[in-house]
Amino acid sequence: MRSLKTLRKLYDEESHVVVTERGSPPRVLFSGEDFLLEDLPIGARVIYPRAPLEGVPNLRATIRYAINHPEGMEPLHALLRPGMKVTVALDDISLPLPPMRTPDVRQSILEIVLELLADSGVDDVHLIIANSLHRRMTEAEMRRMVGEKIYRSFYPERYYNHDAEDPAGIVELERTGHGEVVAINRRAAESDLIVYVNINLVPMDGGHKSVGTGLANYESLRAHHNPTVIRESDSYMEPARSALHRSTERIGRVIDRHLKVFHIETAINNRMFDGQLAFLGKKEEDYTEFDRLKLQGLRYTLSKMPRAAKRKLFMSIPAPYEVIGIHAGATEPTHAKTLELCWRQYAVPVEGQSDIVIYGVPYISPYNVNSILNPLLVQVMGLGYFFNLNRGVPLVKKGGVIILCHPAYDEFDPEHHPSYIEFFNRLLPETRDALVLERKYEREFATNPSYVHLYRKGNAYHGAHPFYMWYWGENGRQHVGKVIVAGAENNHVPEILGWQRTDTLAEAIDIARGFAGRSAEISLVHLPPILQTDVSL
Amino acid sequence: MSKPSSKSAKAAFYDVDGTLVKTNIVHTYGYYAMNRGSLWGIAGRTLAAVASVPIFAALDAVDRKIFNEFFYRYYAGLSEDRLLTLAEEMFEDLVKPAIFPKARDLIEEARRSGCKIVFVTGALDFTVRPLVKYLEADDLIANKMQYVGGIATGKVIPPIIEGANKANAVREYCVREGLALDKSFAYSDSGSDYAMLAVVGRPTAVNPDIRLRALARAYQWPILDLR
Repeated sequence: MRSLKTLRKLYDEESHVVVTERGSPPRVLFSGEDFLLEDLPIGARVIYPRAPLEGVPNLRATIRYAINHPEGMEPLHALLRPGMKVTVALDDISLPLPPMRTPDVRQSILEIVLELLADSGVDDVHLIIANSLHRRMTEAEMRRMVGEKIYRSFYPERYYNHDAEDPAGIVELERTGHGEVVAINRRAAESDLIVYVNINLVPMDGGHKSVGTGLANYESLRAHHNPTVIRESDSYMEPARSALHRSTERIGRVIDRHLKVFHIETAINNRMFDGQLAFLGKKEEDYTEFDRLKLQGLRYTLSKMPRAAKRKLFMSIPAPYEVIGIHAGATEPTHAKTLELCWRQYAVPVEGQSDIVIYGVPYISPYNVNSILNPLLVQVMGLGYFFNLNRGVPLVKKGGVIILCHPAYDEFDPEHHPSYIEFFNRLLPETRDALVLERKYEREFATNPSYVHLYRKGNAYHGAHPFYMWYWGENGRQHVGKVIVAGAENNHVPEILGWQRTDTLAEAIDIARGFAGRSAEISLVHLPPILQTDVSL
Repeated sequence: MSKPSSKSAKAAFYDVDGTLVKTNIVHTYGYYAMNRGSLWGIAGRTLAAVASVPIFAALDAVDRKIFNEFFYRYYAGLSEDRLLTLAEEMFEDLVKPAIFPKARDLIEEARRSGCKIVFVTGALDFTVRPLVKYLEADDLIANKMQYVGGIATGKVIPPIIEGANKANAVREYCVREGLALDKSFAYSDSGSDYAMLAVVGRPTAVNPDIRLRALARAYQWPILDLR
């Protein structure tokens, strides 16, 4: 056991960056459904998330205040008149991650909004999950999200998933000045008022992206979900420096010109773990002996469990997120307030880039709630989400190395990700060039009737979705010189993805140093909980 | 590895029984038996059909080809006119209510993606024609009954459409119609249609039996449920 005196000299309690010294404790990293405990080389930086901001003391009062004092719009009650047609759109199960404890904040907002609608004589109300080309949520997931009472009143006739492939269910509005198709859900387009209930987990979400993406179809998404736009975005987690967001803004402004949209945006803190798992949100220096014991116990237990059971276990632990703010009103002023809160929670100042950046990839991504983090999703987590969690300057230097800790197992969920299987096994061995993939194969997958059917009637992601996953990693792929997946249990998955594999993190660091030089600077980003590096050069 | 086709026209081939419709040819035959005409005829054919059920089941398990050949003998002696009339009635009474609710959606989705819609079935063509019309399919590959003097002989004009022959029929159809086999789709519920599924570039299992489910999992074909 290290003495207090030793521990004290190692780090500044207020800082979110800890530099590894002799005697620093080993770091805890996610590696799929397991935890690694790894010593880092002396001098390596460990970047931690900010502590969770305090949640609002009275959620219902906060919701009421937001809808009564909106930004750039009249209060919600003043927009209502008896007999009008209202559509309430909701963010889907991809937000937040992991799913939050019940009652979900969407339920709390709906309870207030639906009561207000009923009191105002508005009976023609539909609840639509703005799942875009994501999979349809299951009945059980839908029930959990809004609570039993609302579910019973609205499901299935008036509470359902958006269907981007319903030929009669989509309306095309005018195109943007850039010729981008603006197409949205017919019921929403024909409503007198759309109320969008959002959960803003990362700065990529919300704002114009809510309606313009969540209720859109494939033709409309093509405007910005493509490798060219992604390459032009410094970071799609920093809307001001993202061509993706410029496109969604153009589309969103057309929507705002034609339709009345009242946004209710929520920001939540990053309290992903509590109770017996609260130690996972701490710096290792702050671990108590009991925390260390719990970690060892957890690792031992996980080592004895089959992967499917571990997955089931993790997926059954909801996060104790707390709401840190709710803003409502017109799209842009509302979202500006939400983004301020996001950055207060997530942005961590970091001085300078690193040659080698290490991430532990957890079991979950926005696209595999209650499912498997397949190889394409490992890719999107590493080169898409983690790489882009910056404010315009990536943490890794141009030509540097990213090390991902994950078993990279060759497992896919045929119900949720059928088109991913073909994409990974048929297309990636032919080419990893996103532009070629887009040109040659995207439409074929998007119009494949089997995939269309599985999206519309089953619970599968759309046929175009694996392409988006590959495009999401495009910035990272263009920027880094090498990706190493540490702990990969096979050779072929890293090879198909164009990566190198090693058995251990130590070997990966050795190879990365061989590539980037012996004096390479190393950073470990201690995710999750989520953080966004704000790199100053 | 075969070279990808440069043709762009494609088709979607659908097995019918168990894939789009919840019936099979035993039901069809049962219907004809029940509508034989005279009371004795009905009773005789129904009893014969019922008595043959264990034989049908055994044959179907062993070989679909023998099953079909054996089964179609029961049509012998029925007039062509009668069969056609009964086919329309049978469609309304038996087939239409048994169409899987999502079958039309699947066909529409294929049509929207530019596929020619073709039904491929081991059933006799006249029994499936009303369904082809109802679901607006473009073409039909099915078995044809042999008639002599307007009376069914109980023999099917070869080649019998089943198993590996379905694959041949699909391949020949694509060549004849200038369609790209590797860009075409096939849908079936049964492991006995493995050859037809394997011959196209985009096979899909629909409401699969145990054998086909295992095959679809192994080859990573999509699995749909139209029920």
